Amino acid sequence: MSGIKIIKDKCVGCGLCIKACPLEAIVLVDKVAVIDLDKCNLCSGCVGSCKFNAIHIFRQSKPRDDISNYKGIWVFAEARDEVISSVVFELLGKARKLAAELDTYVGAVLLGCGVSGSLQELIHRGADKVFFIDSPALKHYIAENYTKSIVKLVNKYKPEIILAGATTTGRSLVSRIAVNLHTGLTADCTGLDIDKEKKILIQTRPAFGGNIMAQIISPNFRPQMATVRHKVMPEAEAELSRKGEIIKETFDEDEEDKRIKFLDFIKETISTVNLAEADIIVSGGRGLGEGSNFKIIEELASSLGAAVGSSRAAVDSGWIPYSHQVGQTGRTVCPKMYVACGISGQIQHLVGMQSSKTIIAINKDPDAPIFKVADYGIVGDLFKIVPLLTKKLKETLRR
Amino acid sequence: MKVIVCIKQVPDTVEVKIDPETNTLIREGVSSIINPFDMYAIEEAVKLKEKFGLETIVLTMGPPQAGSALREALSLGMDKAIHLCDRAFAGSDTWVTSFILAKAIEKINNFDLVICGKQASDGDTAQVGPGIAAHLNLPQATYVRRIDTVHFDTTPKVMVVERLLEEGYELLELSLPAVITVVKEINEPRLPSLRGKMKARGADIPLWTNRDLDMEEEKIGLSGSPTQVIKIFTPPHKEGGKVFQGDPVDTVDKLMEEIKDLIH
Repeated sequence: MSGIKIIKDKCVGCGLCIKACPLEAIVLVDKVAVIDLDKCNLCSGCVGSCKFNAIHIFRQSKPRDDISNYKGIWVFAEARDEVISSVVFELLGKARKLAAELDTYVGAVLLGCGVSGSLQELIHRGADKVFFIDSPALKHYIAENYTKSIVKLVNKYKPEIILAGATTTGRSLVSRIAVNLHTGLTADCTGLDIDKEKKILIQTRPAFGGNIMAQIISPNFRPQMATVRHKVMPEAEAELSRKGEIIKETFDEDEEDKRIKFLDFIKETISTVNLAEADIIVSGGRGLGEGSNFKIIEELASSLGAAVGSSRAAVDSGWIPYSHQVGQTGRTVCPKMYVACGISGQIQHLVGMQSSKTIIAINKDPDAPIFKVADYGIVGDLFKIVPLLTKKLKETLRR
Repeated sequence: MKVIVCIKQVPDTVEVKIDPETNTLIREGVSSIINPFDMYAIEEAVKLKEKFGLETIVLTMGPPQAGSALREALSLGMDKAIHLCDRAFAGSDTWVTSFILAKAIEKINNFDLVICGKQASDGDTAQVGPGIAAHLNLPQATYVRRIDTVHFDTTPKVMVVERLLEEGYELLELSLPAVITVVKEINEPRLPSLRGKMKARGADIPLWTNRDLDMEEEKIGLSGSPTQVIKIFTPPHKEGGKVFQGDPVDTVDKLMEEIKDLIH
């Protein structure tokens, strides 16, 4: 049985843990913290808040006996229409670094039908081995069939780490794989490191929309699995001289899950750049006043080669499709540059974009909360500022 | 015919503030709400009930105070609520949470559809929905933005859904029972009715403990969770940025000067 306890001799009654507890499960009794076990869910938020190491969480869990047999770092090579997603190259870059620390190989897993053209590209970008299954059943991403294929590969080749992009496909797929393999999975990581002593993966991820960060490990289970946020890690450069091994496996067609059928894919974005993959995003909000004014946002975006985003207010007003919404009930993005135009910066919007590398805000209200997270801001009329900025950028970039 | 909705009670993030002195999250006194995405899951279930006469059951795993989230779901039109509540569940990660929810869903039995919100606003993992599907060995569709058609009169029962992707959406046909997770676009949640509130207040919500679900204790809770949180910290706070004010041409020039190295 696991549990939590306060080491009374170490507790000074400072109350920091009370502030850290999301469930109001801690109270001070005679200047010592006391945890109400009916309320506590062992989230461990208080443990780090204690400056005196007075809170101890204990767990009973033992390693599975065979974890030392697991070797290699795998990357799920997500692809659509034979094009490998750019997050895969970011993962391969990271995987190479991790592999050097663990003295092991980098593997890429490519599933599909007639996608063999991408095999060499994965090797050039850092894979030592490419595990490849070519089957009509894998032509479209179907979580059930992809899961079966990858579970089979893992059971045969036993990688110690598997990374996938934190995309709609990656997150849905590896959740299923982790359950079937009975192993740990950490979502949407922004940092991956190796604990040099224990040789395990330390996964860092934001929670509460980036308001807090958590470090997570899966020491007793293999493979250690993580999805990784787009645009956080640099892409591996292609080296055309790199050589690697291609390992072909098959998908047994009797195993195809017939309970789910792919019918069609419909492309639907007003900009040509995908929000998740964009280096730059230009977003518009309530300050635009009406839907037709989104064209100044689109023009600014096109001058930068950027994707178009929006606040919830703009989507709710019917100015732009939901797929463009950034924020708590939309997408979380992390581009190199985020330009917020006419967006006041409610917390629900901020949690979806505050991890962006550089934030630029244009708003007429100098007290708008967006300026608190912005690196650069202009207070003024966006209908004047945005077209001026577009013009300047076009001159500079000659687009 | 039955539809089961899984919900989570989360802190209301609007009220999350950072303590300027210790730079930690102040969560004291923060009110709790139903995870925003789960509101769409509840609404979709209630809409299916109105259209097809399904029975709707709402399920949560959480400490005793999570019962208020279930009452709210009842006030929004769900028929029944079940609260999974046991000390042994505390500290469960997404693997174990989806395992426990799947066990409860199995016990409810005879269901056609499980609906979850796409992710919870506190953990943001989006792993529990597909995790439930995997534990139950059911087909899944995540990020569903629309249920196009449902046929409860065919064998097997089928539904066609639109699944939101980065660049558009795909159409999937699922044999039921299945698990779907939904995004905001799918509907507009209603407000609770007065009648709903009255009904919810008096409703009897059964508590299911591990005695009801009969799982080995070492496989659940903190001990059973493959992942372990080793550290929680606040990210370094961003220093105040440069804000320009005044003549538009002038401010744009100043901004261009600052960002010229970032664009090329």
